[in-house]
Amino acid sequence: MRDFYGVTLANGFMLGTAQYPSPAILADAFKRSGASVATVSLRRESGQDRAGQDFWALIKDLGVHILPNTAGCHTVKEAVTTAHMAREVFGTKWIKLEVIGEEDTLQPDVFGLTEAARILSEDGFEVFPYCTEDLVVAGKLVDAGCEVLMPWGAPIGSGQGLNNVFGLRAMRAHFPDIPLVVDAGLGLPSHAAQAMELGYDAVLLNTAVAKAGDPALMAEAFASAIKAGVQAQISDPMEPRDMAAPSTPVIGKAFLS
Amino acid sequence: MTQVTIIGGGVAGLCVAQNLLNRGAEVTVYDKGGAPGPHACSWWAGGMLAPHCEGESAEEPVIRLGQEAADWWDFHTGAVTRNGSLVISPTRDEADLRRFARRTSQFKEVNGAEIAALEPDLEGRFSKGLYFETEAHLAPRQALASLREKLIQAGVNFITEEADPKAHATNGLTVDCRGFTAKDTLEDLRGVKGEMLILSCPDVTLSRPIRLLHPRIPLYIVPRGDGIFMLGATQIEATASKHVTARSLLELLSAAYALNPAFGEAEILETGVDNRPAFPDNLPRIRRDGNLIQANGLFRHGFLLAPALARMVAEAIFDNATPEVMDETAA
Repeated sequence: MRDFYGVTLANGFMLGTAQYPSPAILADAFKRSGASVATVSLRRESGQDRAGQDFWALIKDLGVHILPNTAGCHTVKEAVTTAHMAREVFGTKWIKLEVIGEEDTLQPDVFGLTEAARILSEDGFEVFPYCTEDLVVAGKLVDAGCEVLMPWGAPIGSGQGLNNVFGLRAMRAHFPDIPLVVDAGLGLPSHAAQAMELGYDAVLLNTAVAKAGDPALMAEAFASAIKAGVQAQISDPMEPRDMAAPSTPVIGKAFLS
Repeated sequence: MTQVTIIGGGVAGLCVAQNLLNRGAEVTVYDKGGAPGPHACSWWAGGMLAPHCEGESAEEPVIRLGQEAADWWDFHTGAVTRNGSLVISPTRDEADLRRFARRTSQFKEVNGAEIAALEPDLEGRFSKGLYFETEAHLAPRQALASLREKLIQAGVNFITEEADPKAHATNGLTVDCRGFTAKDTLEDLRGVKGEMLILSCPDVTLSRPIRLLHPRIPLYIVPRGDGIFMLGATQIEATASKHVTARSLLELLSAAYALNPAFGEAEILETGVDNRPAFPDNLPRIRRDGNLIQANGLFRHGFLLAPALARMVAEAIFDNATPEVMDETAA
């Protein structure tokens, strides 16, 4: 497994911490799934007076790697400020960089993203950029200092799965040494399995678990699917073919008709 | 006669006072802020008595215990309106309505004509909804004031002073109902920030609380009568600051505007922000350490769960019972 800025994760499950019915259920989802990374938003729980610290303490208690994010930031300045606050609050150089460009699709503003990624990388941050599957943009992010790429599967919270399998496959082929994470748009464990089968290193999701009727059970289901996808990928799956190929030999079989 | 000191005169303290009074206790209530006002979280409440709707995201005890609320408040204050509640979504978010329906019960599916019959001012705007006929709502400030008045008439002594629960407990039975202020002694209590608005919009008439489902901005609007509406509420994992943020205001108002564009002409009478006291599972707790009982963690369910919480405090004191929400007992 490729490492993330020198950190080898126990598995490729990155789970968000927003929108759960309660922090107790959130903790249960982490416990039962064994997710190795928790993403946490600072934007809404912010404030100069560190107003979110009770909740942040609960996140720290999960005992997993913390990946703070800049969710809800629309400008480079906002994202950079939020990243600095996150570094201070969580004592980590990791930052999931989100610069939103469009309100209805929550599509990343790839120009602002690249600029913020450069500023933060130069400042010593280890940036996980939320991007699209555009290879040119991805290349610019790598040039800006990103050692991880996080293309979307589908718009945030849409639960549509992998919208552009061709594009994601091309990205994997194009960046063989960069750890890749499908971030956003996953709705079902089968979507996560598919991402791992494509050779992705991790998936990041939140709504699909938090908004399930039984979030902890759904988190466990995702963990199983991620494991299955990885096992499938490393076991070198068969090539699909156009014609049927019988799995039992027909030669020598008795013809009784 | 059993003497009990209650510290905190918000919705929890007043309900506990009433239930202890019913059991024959002599009750004194301390609140440093005096009568319920902006210092109390319950002052800013929506006042929805909607246990079934809450079941969408709350756990089973909230649905069950919340069913005691409407009768309790009706009996003790008469301030309850039993018109049900209505849940609707814009057409493009109908998936959220289906999800809400899967997670809840005791509703009737309603179409556009039925929505218009219930709420004429929503005519032609929504084509599907869920009508929770048995639910109710109240006006929190009136309910708190009349409950307090009734308690005074019945001989409850109200003292406007800050009081230390531990110090009082050395002299006798004390119930700590201070809400988020009790964080000094309740390590696992956290504040969940809520922001709300009060609008005056005489152009719109609604007869019951309306919940508008939206993936990012779920909103409820509770009619207070005379063209006054309470619009709520954000739910943010942070300790509240003093003022509503511009972003929350924008989100709440745009949701109201989606409900009926006439809300664009509304006047904003008040904005409010406070901390809902919550434990990690967002369920209330009773904790007892000798003479000191702590009743807290009502989260967003103050008016809905305070009657049940108060009943259980009384049962712990007078029946020596261990209520289901009691999670720690030190002798």
